Amino acid sequence: MSEEAKEYAFFLGCITPNRYPGIEAATKRIFKEFGIETKEMVGASCCPAPGVFGSFDMHTWLPVAARNLCIAEEMGLEIYVTCNGCYGSLQEADHLLKDHPKLKEKTNEVLGKFGREFKGTTKVHHSIVILHDVIGLDKLKERMTKPMNDVNVAVHYGCHFLKPSEVRGHGSSETPYIMEDLVKVTGAKEVDYKDKLMCCGAGGGNRTADTPQSLEWTRQKLVNAIEAGCDCMVHPCAFCHLQLDRGQDEMNKAFGTTFNFPILFATQFLGLAMGLSQTECGLDIQTTTMPEKLLK
Amino acid sequence: MGTLYEDIVDHGGEVFGKEHMETLMLCVQCGKCTGGCPSGRYTAFRTRKLFRMAQEDMREEIFNAPELWFCSTCFTCYERCPKGVKTTDLIRVIRNLAAKAGHMSVPHRMIGVYVLKTGHAVPVGEPQMKLRKAVGLDEMAPTTQKYKEQLEQVQEIFRTTHYDAMIDFDWNTMNLREAEGDEKK
Ligand code: SF4
Ligand code: SF4
Repeated sequence: MSEEAKEYAFFLGCITPNRYPGIEAATKRIFKEFGIETKEMVGASCCPAPGVFGSFDMHTWLPVAARNLCIAEEMGLEIYVTCNGCYGSLQEADHLLKDHPKLKEKTNEVLGKFGREFKGTTKVHHSIVILHDVIGLDKLKERMTKPMNDVNVAVHYGCHFLKPSEVRGHGSSETPYIMEDLVKVTGAKEVDYKDKLMCCGAGGGNRTADTPQSLEWTRQKLVNAIEAGCDCMVHPCAFCHLQLDRGQDEMNKAFGTTFNFPILFATQFLGLAMGLSQTECGLDIQTTTMPEKLLK
Repeated sequence: MGTLYEDIVDHGGEVFGKEHMETLMLCVQCGKCTGGCPSGRYTAFRTRKLFRMAQEDMREEIFNAPELWFCSTCFTCYERCPKGVKTTDLIRVIRNLAAKAGHMSVPHRMIGVYVLKTGHAVPVGEPQMKLRKAVGLDEMAPTTQKYKEQLEQVQEIFRTTHYDAMIDFDWNTMNLREAEGDEKK
């Protein structure tokens, strides 16, 4: 193991392992290439979704999220995630429990029923921040054996990676840069498009409350990216991936459209640029298909 | 039960702190939240109006409007509110109170059923196990869905907070009581 090798607990959540395992495989693979070891969190559950369970009952959401944090604490590791929902949920819970001693006490009463205790010894990171800040752009750049020189990319952030910015700490939510940097490091062009920072439409239980209505948001987002001349959309969130990718099939059925606009999670896009095959990145087992331009 | 505002401060205050919830009363109806709200473009949900109604204690009107559930919790309004109203957190807490009062759709309640059965809102099934194998992963991730004793811990949490009762969950059928047979909602 090199000196810089570092271990993290990978908090999988639901959508990554159970719908888009390509995101799980590509992320682990790339991290390993850069000397970052991934450990599995045995017994982890749904994060649970901050906008969904947070909307139903905060008092249930919090101990379930805290239980997940305990698993990483028991492993003595910090966490990384591949979904903005997981990021939002676990980071928010960690933050609240560290800030409010009484809340921590109350939560630990629940966790104590099965012998667990939140101590406040872990930290929650997003995988794209590890790529950007721990591995770093210089090292990433050296490994881009299949640069994406003529590819125009629409960056989609999703919401809970950037906001609330007072908790996330990635600077202004109106002028983000991390995803842009990661796209540009592959040689691709990051293209601005109308309402780039808009939500995919899925969060907060909106997708479940009214799927066709939530797909209207998604459709507008995709149309804006396509009209700006983008070849694909790259994002950091498994839940957005579901809405943006499978949502295209749902839209085509519901609205009679013919969308097939390539959707890639950040590590899937970086993976292709590092010479991994689309099979290794799980891009041939999803709804939208990859054009030759991204694969050559 | 006090006024809606008092209930918001009580229920949400325990998690976020009371001051966080008290920001509801700082809203001056400027409309910046609604102006940047993606939901407002596609639905009848109006953030500014919701806070006015909450200030005015219009509990039933708020709880009975389906729009309450059309906020995606994108936090755009939260970032932009010039008065520091903790908008998205207030919306989630108002929804908590609505859910407690029985205003929760069957599809929303079903999310709880999946978590009670597997620990996941989106569980793995046979087709997805094949996808996992295709990318070189184990058929099942080592989560609550794989380990029963781990799942039982999540179930214990739901029992303790009475989430099972809130969605009318039947432990014998491991499903919603009302969802048996014909759909009621
Ligand atoms: S932006 Fe803030 S102050 Fe203005 S209407 Fe919305 S919640 Fe009220
Ligand atoms: S958090 Fe909800 S209310 Fe606020 S801008 Fe987003 S969708 Fe609209």
